[in-house]
Amino acid sequence: MISQLAIVLFDGFAFGMLLFVLSVGLSVTLGLMNFINLAHGAFGMLGGYVAVTAMRGLGWPFLAALPAAFLAAAGISVLLERTLFRRLYKSGELNQVLFTIGVVFVAAALATYAFGTVQQVIQLPAWLRGSVEVAGLRLGTYRIFIIAVALAITGLLVFGLERTRLGARIRAAVDNQRVAQGLGLDVEKIFAVTFALGSGLAGLGGALAIEIVGLDPSFGFHYLVYVLIVVSVGGLGSVAGSFFGAALLGICDVAGKYFVPEIGSFLIYLLLVAILFVRPLGLFGKR
Amino acid sequence: MTVEAPTLADPHDWLRRRSRWSVFEIAFWVASLLPFFLFQTYLPLASQIAITALFAVSVDLVLGYAGVVTLGHAMFFGLGAYSAGLISKAGWGEPLTGLIIAGLFAGLVGYIASFIIVRVQHLALIMITLGFCLLTYELANSMSWLTGGTDGLQGVETWPILGVFRFDLWGYAAYGYALAALFLGLVLSRRIVHSSFGLSLRGIRENVRRMPAIGSDYRGHLQKIYTISAVMAGCAGALLTQTTDTVSLDTLSFQRSADVVVMLVLGGTGRLYGAVVGTIIFMVARDQLSDMNPQYWYFWIGLLLMVVVLLMPRGILGSLAQLARRRD
Amino acid sequence: METQQPALRTEALCKSFGSLKVTRDVTFELPRGARYALIGPNGAGKTTLINLITGEMRPDSGRILLDGREVTQAPTMARVRQGLTRTFQINTLFPDLTPIEAVLLAICERDRAAGQFWRSLTSHRVAIDESFEILTRLRLAEVATRPTRTLPYGQQRLLEMALALATKPKVLLLDEPAAGVPKDESAALFSVIAALPGDIAVLFIEHDMDIVFSFASRIIVLVSGGVLLEAEPAVVRGDPRVREVYLGKVGHV
Repeated sequence: MISQLAIVLFDGFAFGMLLFVLSVGLSVTLGLMNFINLAHGAFGMLGGYVAVTAMRGLGWPFLAALPAAFLAAAGISVLLERTLFRRLYKSGELNQVLFTIGVVFVAAALATYAFGTVQQVIQLPAWLRGSVEVAGLRLGTYRIFIIAVALAITGLLVFGLERTRLGARIRAAVDNQRVAQGLGLDVEKIFAVTFALGSGLAGLGGALAIEIVGLDPSFGFHYLVYVLIVVSVGGLGSVAGSFFGAALLGICDVAGKYFVPEIGSFLIYLLLVAILFVRPLGLFGKR
Repeated sequence: MTVEAPTLADPHDWLRRRSRWSVFEIAFWVASLLPFFLFQTYLPLASQIAITALFAVSVDLVLGYAGVVTLGHAMFFGLGAYSAGLISKAGWGEPLTGLIIAGLFAGLVGYIASFIIVRVQHLALIMITLGFCLLTYELANSMSWLTGGTDGLQGVETWPILGVFRFDLWGYAAYGYALAALFLGLVLSRRIVHSSFGLSLRGIRENVRRMPAIGSDYRGHLQKIYTISAVMAGCAGALLTQTTDTVSLDTLSFQRSADVVVMLVLGGTGRLYGAVVGTIIFMVARDQLSDMNPQYWYFWIGLLLMVVVLLMPRGILGSLAQLARRRD
Repeated sequence: METQQPALRTEALCKSFGSLKVTRDVTFELPRGARYALIGPNGAGKTTLINLITGEMRPDSGRILLDGREVTQAPTMARVRQGLTRTFQINTLFPDLTPIEAVLLAICERDRAAGQFWRSLTSHRVAIDESFEILTRLRLAEVATRPTRTLPYGQQRLLEMALALATKPKVLLLDEPAAGVPKDESAALFSVIAALPGDIAVLFIEHDMDIVFSFASRIIVLVSGGVLLEAEPAVVRGDPRVREVYLGKVGHV
């Protein structure tokens, strides 16, 4: 029983880390521009399909497909940001919601057109398959890999935000845009870079997710709900918030579906409403 | 800018003109009778449109007038639909009382939910409305002993309206019933938006920060309109149950919440008839393109959404009104 | 006989943001019918003080009394209903409503008629007449039916005042009513303020010292969150400390 619990906790944490990679970019961009980008999940899907194409079509190794997914999502997102999204920063949240939902619809249709509605699979390299025994528990190797990647990203993000010049600028812009602008920072440019990085991470998350949750054209919608839960529960603009929000959601989701399958999916929504009721700005939100 | 109407004689008259029935409105209602005579084969579609339009008008009251962005209104539609179905399954198939009870039940849930809704804004608001909707969906899904789960609620029976008009296969009674409900809903909504309460709602939409500074209990107003809107959405759901004799889980789905917002924005928010026009265009187009793979249908909807948001933020009806004004 | 209470009284109001004290121990009284000015250099905490008095922020300590009744914990809306109204330094209007609608909205809220969804707006005849009367008084009658966002800035400032007047205030806090208005127009704006009914107590923030000295019967000088001096204009004008921290530096007068 204890070992079962430990396995569920581990799987939940791994799923949570996947959600973290998918959503942390949205949290930062939302905190920065207050731009509600429901198309964030679609960038995850894009990354997933890029990885599938790279591996199956071009025969790239898995470890080369991951950065390709990151770069493709980052590149296309910044293109969309510069041409379309930036027109909506000043308009109301309804317009942002509708426009980005429109993007998700179009993306899903394009994915169907190119790849059909079937679930995509990829062949992991041998060293990521199977499981290893740690302290008497059999843990999936790939899940350990995901956790390691997510922790590395967290480390990089925290280090980058705290120690680098770009990080300092992003933090200043998140805290107070007007002051940042007054200090001569080019907030638009900072945002474009952040947007690209955040969407790139979503793309990487999408590629990582194929093995765990699969990939089909509804990915953008399905995981959008998870991503939004992470962001709103964790609080906007907070890396730590997204980390804990994602871990909490991942564990609750997996544990709920494992121990109480009848109400498993019900549980996370209840959690969402309850947390937002008590803390409308999320667990780590400041404004 | 040119100065228009340099002196204003009578503010009463100006306000009265804003709430008067226009020629277009009357023409619209006359035209709404056409399916009875000209397009009988489309009667079932017409009643679907009337029901969805009522739902869209209920969303317009909170979203278009009070400015509360909701992605979860299907919750009330679905609650109304299931209530009406369950009342009928319990042995009471009288439609009018069933409709009223279903609407009141949805309104009660809306009233309770409104205490949470008025506490939050922005992303949290969108997420809470969405969360409620998903929650209700999962609840209905897991309570299959009551709701029939994914199979839906079968064997709903509805008695003749007023004991006279039997629901017929061609859909005459269904359309008449749905159209009458839409008409009543619109008359009521008109009354609301042209009242002092309606003015307060627009004030909330335009600048919620100013409202307390003029002594407004705006949260109370929001709770009131949210409840009214929930009743109306519940009635729309009940109409769907009573005219189709089944209830399916997708009455509660996120897709329905999103679709109705799309229709509303397409037609134009904050003008009641925008909701109706948007619904007609959306549903007729979907019917005409029903052979299309739903994925491709959403491609066009998505593209349309992007275009409407970027190029005609006031919706189709709003843009037409603007054109008409420019030509004056 | 009951002693006459001041229209507004604050007692030792304090407020900090983190380690920054923005309001320190502010105590003052605004008698009925007062015409007081609140002055001080930028960042002195003038707007914060108004936000505290109107309830948009909560003080860390201290009390606020309106007509002798404590309102320190009351929400903004309740204070407005008891006769404490403000205007905003940055226009806080309803862009898509017309002035007649905006003022009518404020009057309906005041009369507790705003929740009546069954009654047509046009049936509030007395309220409509009153709205139009207020707009006429502020010389906005001609633009009463134009959307607010299309009005020139100066008229929007007047509408800001019209909204406040529609609540029938006993205490009116004006946060730089003439902010951004050219000098000749701002005099006209202040003549409207001067013509307000004698029983309304007015506290206004203003940077133009000519206006302050000609309209205020008493001046409160706020420096880094605390009251430096409260006195008649002549005294303030002659006070060396005020000269140093405020007038001297900025170079007015």
